[in-house]
Amino acid sequence: MSTLFEEVRPSDGGAGDAVPVRRVELTVNGERRAADVEPRLLLAHLLRNGFRLTGTHTGCDTTNCGACTVLYDGVPVKSCTMFAVQADGHEVLTVEGLATASELHPIQEGFKDEHGLQCGFCTPGMMLAAKALLEEKPNPSEDEIRWALSGNLCRCTGYQNIVKAVMWAAEKLGANVESDGADDAGDDAGGEG
Amino acid sequence: MALDEIKIGGLGASRRRVEDNRFIRGKGNYIDDIALPWMLHMEILRSPLAHARIRSIDVSAAWAIPGVRMVLTGDMLAARNLAWMPTLSYDTQAVLATDKVRFQGQEVACVVADDPYIAKDGCEAIVVDYEPLPPIVNPSQAKAPGAPLIRDDKTGQDSNVVFDWEVGDREGTDRAFAQADVVSTIDMHYPRSHPSPIEACGSIADFNRATSKLTVYMTTQAPHIIRAAVALVAELPEHMIRIVSPDLGGGFGNKVPVYPGYVVSILASILLECPVKWIEDKSGNLISTGFGRDIYLKGEMALRNDGRILGVRMHTDSDHGAFFSDAQPSKFKIGLMHSAFSCYDVPAAHLTAQGVYTNKAPGGVAYRCSFRVTEAMYFQERMVQAAAADLGMDQAEFRRINLVRDDDFPHRTPWGFLTDSGQYGKCLDLGLEAIGYEDFLRQKEEARQRGRLLGIGISTMTEPLGAGNSREYDILGIKMFDSAELKVHMTGKALLRTGAKTQGQGHETTWAQIVAHELGIPAEDVLVEEGDTDTAPFGMGTYASRSTPVAGAAVAMVSRKIRAKARKIAAHLLEVSEEDVEWELGRFSVRGAPDRGVTIQECAIAAYSNMPDGMEPGLENNAYYDPPNLTWPFACYIATVEVDPETGVWDVLRVVAVDDCGVRINPMIVEGQIMGGLTEAYAMANMQFITFDEDGNCIGSNYMDYLLPTAWETPGFELHEVVTPCPHHPIGAKGIGECATVGGPAAFVNAVIDAIGDTGVRNIDMPLLPDRVHEAITQGHDVSGAPPVRTEP
Amino acid sequence: MYPSRFRYEAPSTVAEAVAMLAAADGEAKILAGGQSLIPMMKLRFAAPAMIVDINGIGGLDYHRSDPDGTYRIGALCRHADLEKSAALADAQPTIAAAAPVVADPLVRTRGTLVGSVCHADPQGDWASVMVSLEGAIVAQGPNGRRSIQVADLIDGPFQTVLAPDEIAVEAVIPAARGARAGGYLKLERRVGDFATVGVAVSVEMSGGSVARAGIGLTAVGPATINASDAAAALVGTALDSDAVDAAAQLAAEAAQPRSDHRGSADYKRHVVATFVRRIGAQIQRSEQEAA
Repeated sequence: MSTLFEEVRPSDGGAGDAVPVRRVELTVNGERRAADVEPRLLLAHLLRNGFRLTGTHTGCDTTNCGACTVLYDGVPVKSCTMFAVQADGHEVLTVEGLATASELHPIQEGFKDEHGLQCGFCTPGMMLAAKALLEEKPNPSEDEIRWALSGNLCRCTGYQNIVKAVMWAAEKLGANVESDGADDAGDDAGGEG
Repeated sequence: MALDEIKIGGLGASRRRVEDNRFIRGKGNYIDDIALPWMLHMEILRSPLAHARIRSIDVSAAWAIPGVRMVLTGDMLAARNLAWMPTLSYDTQAVLATDKVRFQGQEVACVVADDPYIAKDGCEAIVVDYEPLPPIVNPSQAKAPGAPLIRDDKTGQDSNVVFDWEVGDREGTDRAFAQADVVSTIDMHYPRSHPSPIEACGSIADFNRATSKLTVYMTTQAPHIIRAAVALVAELPEHMIRIVSPDLGGGFGNKVPVYPGYVVSILASILLECPVKWIEDKSGNLISTGFGRDIYLKGEMALRNDGRILGVRMHTDSDHGAFFSDAQPSKFKIGLMHSAFSCYDVPAAHLTAQGVYTNKAPGGVAYRCSFRVTEAMYFQERMVQAAAADLGMDQAEFRRINLVRDDDFPHRTPWGFLTDSGQYGKCLDLGLEAIGYEDFLRQKEEARQRGRLLGIGISTMTEPLGAGNSREYDILGIKMFDSAELKVHMTGKALLRTGAKTQGQGHETTWAQIVAHELGIPAEDVLVEEGDTDTAPFGMGTYASRSTPVAGAAVAMVSRKIRAKARKIAAHLLEVSEEDVEWELGRFSVRGAPDRGVTIQECAIAAYSNMPDGMEPGLENNAYYDPPNLTWPFACYIATVEVDPETGVWDVLRVVAVDDCGVRINPMIVEGQIMGGLTEAYAMANMQFITFDEDGNCIGSNYMDYLLPTAWETPGFELHEVVTPCPHHPIGAKGIGECATVGGPAAFVNAVIDAIGDTGVRNIDMPLLPDRVHEAITQGHDVSGAPPVRTEP
Repeated sequence: MYPSRFRYEAPSTVAEAVAMLAAADGEAKILAGGQSLIPMMKLRFAAPAMIVDINGIGGLDYHRSDPDGTYRIGALCRHADLEKSAALADAQPTIAAAAPVVADPLVRTRGTLVGSVCHADPQGDWASVMVSLEGAIVAQGPNGRRSIQVADLIDGPFQTVLAPDEIAVEAVIPAARGARAGGYLKLERRVGDFATVGVAVSVEMSGGSVARAGIGLTAVGPATINASDAAAALVGTALDSDAVDAAAQLAAEAAQPRSDHRGSADYKRHVVATFVRRIGAQIQRSEQEAA
């Protein structure tokens, strides 16, 4: 939508046509963002079409597939099953916020190294669900990984390599923590986590 | 010194995937990620009824909604001769319904608006007055006397039968059955399934009135075929059409056909002179687009007491839905159903097939298979298990007796295909050893004493992959070749384009590996592009596991053409005759003086700066590869299960897969394909199906009812390999993408049937729902899954 | 995928929310977890004119035990809060058994028990659990609060007796008259599938016999079923297998399943009986282990 003008329909005398919008302000991938949205706009659509963060995918219309998973105040949610207005004042992390400018998140590295993706469509949601898991359980068992990812559907990989990818990331994150501790490098040296 | 092929990412390297770099960052470019300036959005209104006459459509309320830019109905399309479109199976299909709706979910109208929310509001505001007609949901209803005629639009169509077809030796097969000691019979239904990539279909049509150029970004596995189809349907000149298939969120056959949404978005763009985007929702995808299977079998096997198969008879009834729009390139009405029993030595066989119209979604596709091969191999392996049981013979031993032997190639299959290579017995033995066959049989017996039901299921099969040689294949007369174009730049870096289209198979990674193998250019120096018809060479796309057998072969062949030219350049640079130049990976040297050599990169710069007299500059070429035969991978899948006798719930204990797909370009990717395929096999055996109630309501039109397994249910897979190179493929590779989906289901079903073997039950139709398994255990009879579903209270 | 238009309100107190509902003339829906409501709105099976989002109301996200053993679950307590609570496993074994099998892990981070009960989906898990515990919903309206037994709350598929201007603010489970035991078994084909059959059994053991029992059935009738006769058959027994068999039989008879693509009516009844037996056996085993 242009900032200079917005096309409107020629008036036919009625005055009730205006669609109410609400201002939402939220933090997306660490950056403060704001938008005027219709209440019915889904959070996934604000991220994709409003903020052009198209890594958040929508794969179904029934809240089953999890391709739209983002972290909402650190908690994994299906962003197709929240309204954008609900994110007002909250923090959202999308796949675009996983890597820093210089390095990938270990989960991203793990998915690549263990061939945990094929078409890539479910991958952003899988990785964010995995991130939430690893923050809660840094050394998950295979069953714990499978359980935590059971709200995300993948059609290509058969999950086995996804499980391995998460284990790969857990190991790397664990190693990072250890080395951080060893050289007493403090908060910044470990990069993400 | 020769290059280390693995280090440069050549054949056999489990090279990490190039495409992942964008996917893991959320920077893929899928259809819905593309936004063009001034783009409008289209939504489809679908029929709530399976069969009904349209009395009227009132679109006035939709037009009145602010933001609605256009409402399209069948009548508007009919005025432009676009209400119907031709199908790939020589039938017609409604784009938007004019006279009747013929399945639930059929496209009735489209609304174009400023955003998709408003377009949906518009669809909701349209009022359609329907006169309901009786729906037909299975072949026996379709063929019943007095059944309503679904295709009353077609002159000369006086029944719901689409085709009658047969193949094989009827008399010879009759003679074999006359000599049989035992005749084994089985009836079954392979349920309707849906490929269901996580990303549904979509398109953005962008017609430029000033240049007359139409650009369509769309989810297609076969962009060049689509370009030709659009040229025919829309009567636009082919060179003024550009189809771009962006990153695809899976395909599995679903993104081969032409769907009404694509067509209407193109028309809307032409009429509105702006880009029009249509993004299908998952419910629309499941209820209306290309399904797989939905076919019934009556199978018979003539057997000798010593275990030899004497003959096979099969009759299939296939349910094609409302329009015969099977997207299949074979020359046979029932696809490659007659590739069944190709891995067995069967002297005589006969197949009859009938297809019917029903009030169900049209457009059978080869869902992760070559058309009907999945059904063929499932029927085959279920028939084999029943035959072994009827003979009182061990199922592994029965297979061993009848498998084609290694010294019997080339082998003419019972229905006339030519298989050329394999080590079937070795694969079976490897699988049995890996699963611990004898041990498991003992465990099973012990468990049985304690009331626990364990079972083991085997599935062995070879299948025809890589459509295909022109004896068996064409698309509307066009031969099924594929293509590659390779441009080696002066710095030795290269650009490769093919006529295939990756949907997750990793072409960007593996094609570069073939170039590395053939030319010694490191794979990382080769950029692979596909999917844009303005730049890619003409090819037939990716489905039927044809990419490696056909496009992959073209990549090898174009690399060899480049190498041949580079050899001339090398001779020129080394100042020797061409015959005195020797090739080792990445380098030409002088025969007898290996220290004197030039690298392929040095040849590349010379091709632009210092070529021999009379030689055209440049190091670019293309290759079109018309395969001499199909490729015939072999697989042995073995599953063990435990069935809960009280509830009928079954759990997978182990799955062993032995695949022989010839030479593996990238073992990591091959294994990924196998694991993905096994998961879909497990899904079909366990939970995934589309069915219908007696009113023709589609059950399975969303992910609440159409169940894909999650990480939690999906078993782990143990993979093994045997390598028998394909004798006619340039690098010895065979197709692999679909083997596990094709051969896998029978392993699971055979295992469950084996577990409840004491009941005498021969068949439970997939999916093996707990209810069905429980019924088989408690009632001791076969359980059919044919629609309509039982809905009585 | 694209909901219809609605007015959106985000009150900060329950009283404010009640006032908004009262003004909406029955056209409003409450948004708590939204994991059932929003999917229905995306499919346009539901198109409320107003959404009253209660997520901004403080102090509703608790689950806790009163000193007398009464258990309270606030309207914004998520399924995942219950699933991850270590204390709950001892205090409320039936709830602890059900929490991990509700929907899928992502839906559980948003969805709420109270919302699920009030959604009154016959395939919803929580209503059966609450029925088995003789639980109640506390609703606040313009005239204050009232408590409604869950067994009385639901009066049909997706229907409750809540007035349009009432908000369910918490679920209440009365204190046990003995040691709690119980379980929830659900037959589903995959994580996130609707239940083919779900069975909740809750008992309170006192002096080696059952002081109170409740059995709730999921997905086997037009609404959640309170199998009270079956539960009564357990009271006063030592939960021996004869008693459990009798209860299983009565529970199967109380079920009113319909044949559909998930299974036949007969099969679903059979699974109800099987699950009652299995939970009974589980409880017995753990009692024996404890003793």
